Amino acid sequence: MKTPFEMALIIAGFGGQGVLFTGKVIAYSGLLDGREVSWLPSYGPEMRGGTANCGVCLSDRPIGSPLVTRPDVLVAMNTPSYEKFIGAVKPGGTVIYDATLVAPVTARDDVRVFGVPAVRLSDEESLEGISNLILLGKTLAETGFSTRETVEQAIRKSVPARKGHLIEHNIRAVKLGMGL
Amino acid sequence: MGERFLMKGNEALAEAAVLAGCRHFFCYPITPQNEVCAYMSRRMPKAGGTFLQAESEIAAINMVLGASAAGARAMTSSSSPGISLKTEGISYLAGSDLPCVILNIQRGGPGLGGIQPSQADYFQATRAPGHGDLRILVFSPATVQEMVDTVFDAFDLAERYRMPAMILADGLLGQMMEPVEFPAVDVTPSPKPWAVGANDGSRPRNVINSLYLQADVLEQRIRERFERYRQVEQSHSRCEEYLTGDAEILTVAYGASARVVRTAVNDARDKGIKAGMLRPLTLWPFPQEQLRAAAARAGAVLTVEMSMGQMVEDVRLYTGGSVPVHFFGRTGGVVPTPAEVLEQIERLNAEGGNG
Repeated sequence: MKTPFEMALIIAGFGGQGVLFTGKVIAYSGLLDGREVSWLPSYGPEMRGGTANCGVCLSDRPIGSPLVTRPDVLVAMNTPSYEKFIGAVKPGGTVIYDATLVAPVTARDDVRVFGVPAVRLSDEESLEGISNLILLGKTLAETGFSTRETVEQAIRKSVPARKGHLIEHNIRAVKLGMGL
Repeated sequence: MGERFLMKGNEALAEAAVLAGCRHFFCYPITPQNEVCAYMSRRMPKAGGTFLQAESEIAAINMVLGASAAGARAMTSSSSPGISLKTEGISYLAGSDLPCVILNIQRGGPGLGGIQPSQADYFQATRAPGHGDLRILVFSPATVQEMVDTVFDAFDLAERYRMPAMILADGLLGQMMEPVEFPAVDVTPSPKPWAVGANDGSRPRNVINSLYLQADVLEQRIRERFERYRQVEQSHSRCEEYLTGDAEILTVAYGASARVVRTAVNDARDKGIKAGMLRPLTLWPFPQEQLRAAAARAGAVLTVEMSMGQMVEDVRLYTGGSVPVHFFGRTGGVVPTPAEVLEQIERLNAEGGNG
């Protein structure tokens, strides 16, 4: 019997880095893949302090608690977020962080850790402001939570109409991240 | 199947209310239900309806009273402290036999409390949503899809029995996104022959009022109302039973905590423990017959809530001492984890269910 697919992700960083949007694209990809999905943002005092995070669950089975306490995958866009969640990642899990912004203090040898200079690359590649999707591309490549085609479709579904001109940039950023 | 959208519970519920024929929405902002107001402020004008951000929760509930008295499908939404402010208006709605839908996206209390998810308003919703002898319908969705489906039932039953209905959700359900489908309907509410201005002058005019200075007249009105409540109790309690058939440990949970408990029940089953869950979909009327039947088959009951223990009192009341009833809760905005609940189930199992 095939083991049912289950993946829990935490995406964390500063407000304005596209943390919640990144999570939404991942959740939408799961929806398009026919999976059960949930997306839960932080809306507590930490949000007012400038940090933001969201938990995403992708599963073949109905999702119980959408609150992610033991993620399979952590995507960290700043140092406080990396340090806050690194210890919670399941052994054998995957950690993707923005090496331009994160200076890791805590190391883990039982998880796979990838530092990607996403902000620097986004500046060099004229993808300012969408370093988050470079990290999403890397996450896709390392975890296989979905396919590139589905993620592209999810981006088209998730980008609001007033930002429609950014869709192709978003897709280019994902491809760039996948190749790193 | 229609298209599946990825939406927050708050937004999905607001959209469903519009599809259910609600054209009058009044609110005052409060976290964690703000998306309901924000969504309605965009959507309602396009639907030809009225969105009004009132100067207070008290004003908003009284605008609902006015709209309902005129025969409109009216709704308001808030979160715990704001619901407390609405209780006077809810009592007046009940005393005037007016239907409406009130959404409570619960947060931690008492007082201003916090803004994280909570289920500590169970007593308020089911016991004292306002002063006086009264009942209101209380629905408890646990998924974004159920947030949508519940709205239609809430309006329908509220109007059929001419009483307020509350949807008792929480910050977790309001804030989370899940796939959701909307029914392909655009409900036109049935005419309200009792509404003010609804008759053509051939009969005495309709009066909406909750004041009866003659005690025997008031008593008669209340008795008539309680006859309707009795009909509601007989016909409209609902619950989901999950793996209860052979369950030796029966968990009881609603709303967000039922999601956590479902995972814990699955984990317990994986360990060979016969656990099940009864999940009320209506808190008033409470699914007492279903609970009694499921509890009679089990050796122990475990109620899980995001409170210090409120629904557990109903579980004890309706099982009448026939089975030990245990409680586990987190409160103040803390959401229990499946591991914590599993630990409780394992402990009861080790004790042979009799604790």
